[in-house]
Amino acid sequence: MMPPQDKIKQLEAKAKILRKSVIQMLSTAASGHPGGSLSSADIISALYFHVLRHDPKNPTWPERDRFHLSKGHACPIVYAALAESGYFPKQELTKLRKLGSLLQGHPDRRTPGIEVGSGSLGQGLSVGLGMALAAKIDKKDYRVYVLLGDGEVQEGNVWEAAMASAHYKCENLCAIVDHNGFQIDGKVNDIMNIEPLAEKWKAFGWNTISIDGHKMEEILKAFEQAAMVLDRPSVIIANTVKGKGVSFMEHVADFHGRAPNNDETKQALEELE
Amino acid sequence: MLEKLYARDAYGQALVKLGKDNPNIVVLDADLSGSTRTALFAKEFPKRFFNFGVAEQNMMATAAGLASCGKIVFASTFAMFAVGRAWDQVRNSICSNNFDVKIVATHSGLTVGPDGSSHQAIEDIALMRAIPANMTIVVPCDAHETTQAIYTAVKTPGPMYIRLGRSKVTTIEGKGDFQIGKSCSLRQGRDITIIACGIMVEQALKASVELSKQGIEARVINMHTVRPLDNQAIIKAAEETKGIVVCEEHVINGGLGSAIDDVVLANKPIFMARVGIKERFGQSGEGDELMAEYGLTANDIIKACKQILDRY
Repeated sequence: MMPPQDKIKQLEAKAKILRKSVIQMLSTAASGHPGGSLSSADIISALYFHVLRHDPKNPTWPERDRFHLSKGHACPIVYAALAESGYFPKQELTKLRKLGSLLQGHPDRRTPGIEVGSGSLGQGLSVGLGMALAAKIDKKDYRVYVLLGDGEVQEGNVWEAAMASAHYKCENLCAIVDHNGFQIDGKVNDIMNIEPLAEKWKAFGWNTISIDGHKMEEILKAFEQAAMVLDRPSVIIANTVKGKGVSFMEHVADFHGRAPNNDETKQALEELE
Repeated sequence: MLEKLYARDAYGQALVKLGKDNPNIVVLDADLSGSTRTALFAKEFPKRFFNFGVAEQNMMATAAGLASCGKIVFASTFAMFAVGRAWDQVRNSICSNNFDVKIVATHSGLTVGPDGSSHQAIEDIALMRAIPANMTIVVPCDAHETTQAIYTAVKTPGPMYIRLGRSKVTTIEGKGDFQIGKSCSLRQGRDITIIACGIMVEQALKASVELSKQGIEARVINMHTVRPLDNQAIIKAAEETKGIVVCEEHVINGGLGSAIDDVVLANKPIFMARVGIKERFGQSGEGDELMAEYGLTANDIIKACKQILDRY
């Protein structure tokens, strides 16, 4: 079923709000990771404002879908979505990375809406597998979504989890790879080639869907398609642009882990208007 | 003849009993379920048992995910792989989230025997102690204490590391009820104190009997919980006896001895000696041969006690 155009427009508008929020947050914090937050903004918008069954007023609702950010360094985009959803006041976003803050430099359970802390890469798909197995034991119908980075799949633990998720036929588990092509030291395939990525997931027994991770319609269709497969987990390989939406951050490895300065912040916010 | 039992048998049996009453208990293993005895649980409750194959990192992080959904998770494999291979997952996915994951590691220490160094985890307590917070560490001295520790683990929130061995262990009499963080005094004495955990408790008792024949009355404490430590019992021993000998089937760096040193130094400095593995990897051999080769026998404990007493 094709999602209505006004829904798509609304989710695109939300993604823009989230991107601006990320720039403001990182500029105030003066550190953090803009590149991977901006590349996953459209996916996060789709998840928090359309796909996920959740209740921001009741973050521990047992029937909620679970979202886990395995690429923990992209937490600003999730914090933006949580604040926009109403998990906590937007004022909190100004305290990112500050001493005593609800919003740690990498995800932490002290934040309402964060299920499990992350940051050390490679572990999140296993965490999602655990959530998916718990749903099966409890005969609950919630789904589990895990967002991974493409550099992250260099971690061996990811493939241990991929093997086990297919072995236990976790159809309730959906991984998304934010395939933006960059990691800290440069281009992913220069640092350590991960291709052919889709074939790897297929070989591990996953329903594999490749999309343009910035086309809202494709994103929504991919999530729908994933939910229809009943005998294996699904992975959405979202081809994205690192730093998407801010011209001077796009495809620039330097903005993996550097916050914008004042001038850059001003320009970025203008571009996102 | 004193009763000798496998602590891991006690573990597997306890899991089955607990699993009957508590549907929230989930058990994980990484291709060693026969050896760790989680296979007993797997047979009874196949829907709540998951074997992850030879993939310990995945097992530990998956345990965290299960616990995040309210499960009480027991994750088992050999100590070498539970702690060494998956330390990052244990630290970051389990402990920093303070999840209800109980890591019950078997085949710890030198007495794994003929398998040799690659399978002899002799630094696992140190690695678990190094985790900044939340992790409780228990080293039961026999099968009965193992049963009690497992029962207690289910009722105690948060992560826990329970260290078991491969071989049969002699049942220790007069331990009393198991309580986390509360040591038990197995023998009274005013001359010197011997503190031990795990299989070294039996050696400590043997040493105390021999010392008594020589007119030296040693206090023997079973320090089954390495974290949180029973500071009170340690300080009392430091105040009332002439020195403390700490015995563990573990390297002397970072284990029970180091933990006790910290308490003694900060409260009542006194002569201390260590019976443990000193700057060496393990090797193949039978358990008792290795205990002798690495200085972990009752005789080594007696020697250490006398070294302290000779200073007076």
